[in-house]
Amino acid sequence: MKILVAVKRVIDYNVQIRVKEDGSGIVTDNVKMSTNPPDDNAIEEAVKIKESGKATEVVAVTVGEEKAQETVRKALAVGADRGIHIKAEGIVEPLAVAKILQKIIEKEKPDLVFMGKQAIDDDCNQTGQMLSALLNWPQATFASKIEIKDKKLEVIREIDEGLETIEVNLPAIVTCDLRLNEPRYASLPNIMKAKKKPIEQMSALDLGVDTTPRVQLIKVEEPPTRKAGIKVSSVAELVQKLKNEAKVI
Amino acid sequence: MSVLLIVEHNNKEIKSFTLNAITASSQIDTDVHALLIGKNCSDVAKSLSEISLVKKVLHVEADHYENFLAENFAPLVVKISKNYSHVVSSANTFGKNLMPRIAALLDTSQVSDITKVISPDRFLRPIYAGNAFATVKSTDTKKCVTIRPTSFEPCEVSGGSAPIEKIEPTEEFTSSKFIKREEVKSDRPELGTARIVISGGRGMQSGDNFKLISDIADKLNAAIGASRAAVDAGYISNEHQVGQTGKVVVPDLYIAVGISGAIQHLAGMKESKIIVAINKDGEAPIFSVADYGLEADLFEALPQFLEELNKLNTIQK
Ligand SMILES: Cc1cc2nc3c(=O)[nH]c(=O)nc-3n(C[C@H](O)[C@H](O)[C@H](O)COP(=O)(O)OP(=O)(O)OC[C@H]3O[C@@H](n4cnc5c(N)ncnc54)[C@H](O)[C@@H]3O)c2cc1C
Ligand SMILES: Nc1ncnc2c1ncn2[C@@H]1O[C@H](COP(=O)(O)O)[C@@H](O)[C@H]1O
Repeated sequence: MKILVAVKRVIDYNVQIRVKEDGSGIVTDNVKMSTNPPDDNAIEEAVKIKESGKATEVVAVTVGEEKAQETVRKALAVGADRGIHIKAEGIVEPLAVAKILQKIIEKEKPDLVFMGKQAIDDDCNQTGQMLSALLNWPQATFASKIEIKDKKLEVIREIDEGLETIEVNLPAIVTCDLRLNEPRYASLPNIMKAKKKPIEQMSALDLGVDTTPRVQLIKVEEPPTRKAGIKVSSVAELVQKLKNEAKVI
Repeated sequence: MSVLLIVEHNNKEIKSFTLNAITASSQIDTDVHALLIGKNCSDVAKSLSEISLVKKVLHVEADHYENFLAENFAPLVVKISKNYSHVVSSANTFGKNLMPRIAALLDTSQVSDITKVISPDRFLRPIYAGNAFATVKSTDTKKCVTIRPTSFEPCEVSGGSAPIEKIEPTEEFTSSKFIKREEVKSDRPELGTARIVISGGRGMQSGDNFKLISDIADKLNAAIGASRAAVDAGYISNEHQVGQTGKVVVPDLYIAVGISGAIQHLAGMKESKIIVAINKDGEAPIFSVADYGLEADLFEALPQFLEELNKLNTIQK
C-alpha cells in the first residue's frame, strides 16, 4: 500500500500574527513558519502504518513557494520516503490545491491519502473534501482513530454531537484531527538522512492547473480588541458583579 | 437568483444552527429555498414550511440519506443547484464536511465560516483563529458559503406557509458506509446556543474534578465547555471543546476555569458578552480578555462560587 500525505507550510501556531498596515494581508517576513499542525498528525499516521508493515511507501506533497520545501523535508525526517513539491506563488486556494493533488494522485496512484482537517492560516477546512469530490473517492473527515481492515478503513470521526464511526473502501481521503496520534520529533540522524531523500519539483503550470484565486481578498483587518476588564478580589465580589453590574446571572 | 439552504436535522427535528443559516441566507437574497435530505423526515419538512423566511421547501427521501453522508448528499445538491446563485449551510461539522464536496463538483471556490454578509458576493470571515478578519469577494458565478452560526440570529420558526416540493433522490455512493454515531445525551443546554457556558481546562487535573464545574452548570443552567488540553487529557469528551478546532460559542457569560487562554482557545470564545477567568496564575493570557478576573485556586474558588450562587435565589432554570 502506498500512502500520500499533503502538508502545508503555515505561520507557526505560537506566533501572534500581525495584520499589514495597508490591510493587504498578514505580515510574513521574518515570521517563524512550520508545518500545519494536523498535517504532522497526518504524516505520523502514515509512518506508523508503514512501520506496522501495512504500507510500503509514504510520499509527502506540498504546494507552495520555494521555501515550502522545508515542510516536505521535515516530513522526510520523520519517516516519509520521498517528497513532491509543486511550486506556486501567492495564495493557492483549497480548490486549486485539490486540483493539483488530483493530478499527483492520478500519477502516483496511492491507496490512501492523509491530510490535515484544517489549515490554521486560512481556517478553510475544505481541501480534503474537495479532493475526494474530484476523485469521486470516499472521505473520512476529522478522524481521531483509524483502523485498516483489508481493503477498508474504519474511521472514528469527531462531530459536533460526539463521535461517528464510518467505514470507507480504499482508496480514500482521510483528514486528521490533532487527537489522531502524538507526532514524533525528528531525530538528528534522521534529519541528516532526510537530506538525501529525493524531492521532485514541478510547477502548478506543468500540471496544467490555474491557481488564480477565485475569491479576491479585498482587505484584512485586526479584530476589535476587548476592553480590559478588572480583577476581583473574592468569589463574593465576583458573584455580586455578575449579578448587579453585568446582570448575567 | 435564489439561495439554496441545506438543512441540518436528525430526521425528526431541525437542528438549531439551521435557523441561523436561514437568517444568513435571507441576507443574501430573500428567495430562500430549504433543501431537506433525509429519511422519514416529513415532520422536518412541515416545520420548515412554517418558517416565514423560507419560500419553498425541497424534500427528498431515501434510505441512503438517513445518516447524512456527504458522498450521498453532494451529487443531489449539485443536481438541483442549477437554479440557484448560492448554496449555504452552517459551518459546523455537518456543513464543513459537506459543502466543500459540493463546491468542488461545481468548480467553485468555497467561502468558509462567514460572520457577515456584506453583499451577495462580499463576505467577512475570520482567519488565523480569528486574529484577523478578511473581507472577500467571490468571483464564481455560483457561490458556496458556510456561515458561522453564532454570528447570525436564529430566524423565527413560525409565520410561514411555504410549499413543499418533493424531489427525486440521486444514486447511492456505495464506497462509504455509516456504522454508528455516539451522541452524548444531556439535559443541559447545547454548547453552541447556551446563554451561559462554564469551561474547564488542564487546571482541572482530572475528569472527576469536572464535577465542580457541572455542579455550577446545573445551578446556572449552563453548558459545559473545555479546552483542547482537557479533552486531550481525557477529562471530558470531544464535543465539549471550544476553540479554533472545536466549537465557537458566544454566550452572555463565559466562565473559563483553569484555562490559560491560548489563542486557539480564545478563537472559540472571545466574542462572548461577559468573560470570567478563574486562574491561579495572575499572568495567564486569559485575563487579558476577561471582564472579571479572579486570581485564585480553582479548588477553593469553585465550591465558594457554588455556595454564593446558592445564596441567590434568582436563578431561573
Ligand atoms: C492547531 C491547534 C489547534 C488548537 N485548537 C484548540 C482549540 O480548539 N481549543 C483549545 O482550547 N485549544 C486548542 N489548541 C491548544 C492550545 O494551543 C492550548 O494548548 C490549550 O488551549 C491549553 O489548554 P489549557 O488552557 O486548558 O491548558 P494550559 O495551557 O496548561 O493551562 C492550564 C491553566 O490552568 C491554570 N491552573 C492550574 N491549576 C490551577 C488551579 N488549581 N487553580 C486555578 N488555575 C489553575 C494554570 O495557571 C494555567 O493557566 C490548539 C492547538 C493547536 C496547535
Ligand atoms: N498548499 C498546500 N499544500 C499541501 N497541502 C495542503 C495545502 N493546502 C491545504 N493542504 C492540505 O489540506 C488540509 C486542509 O487545508 P484547508 O482546506 O486549507 O483548511 C491541510 O491540513 C493540508 O493537509
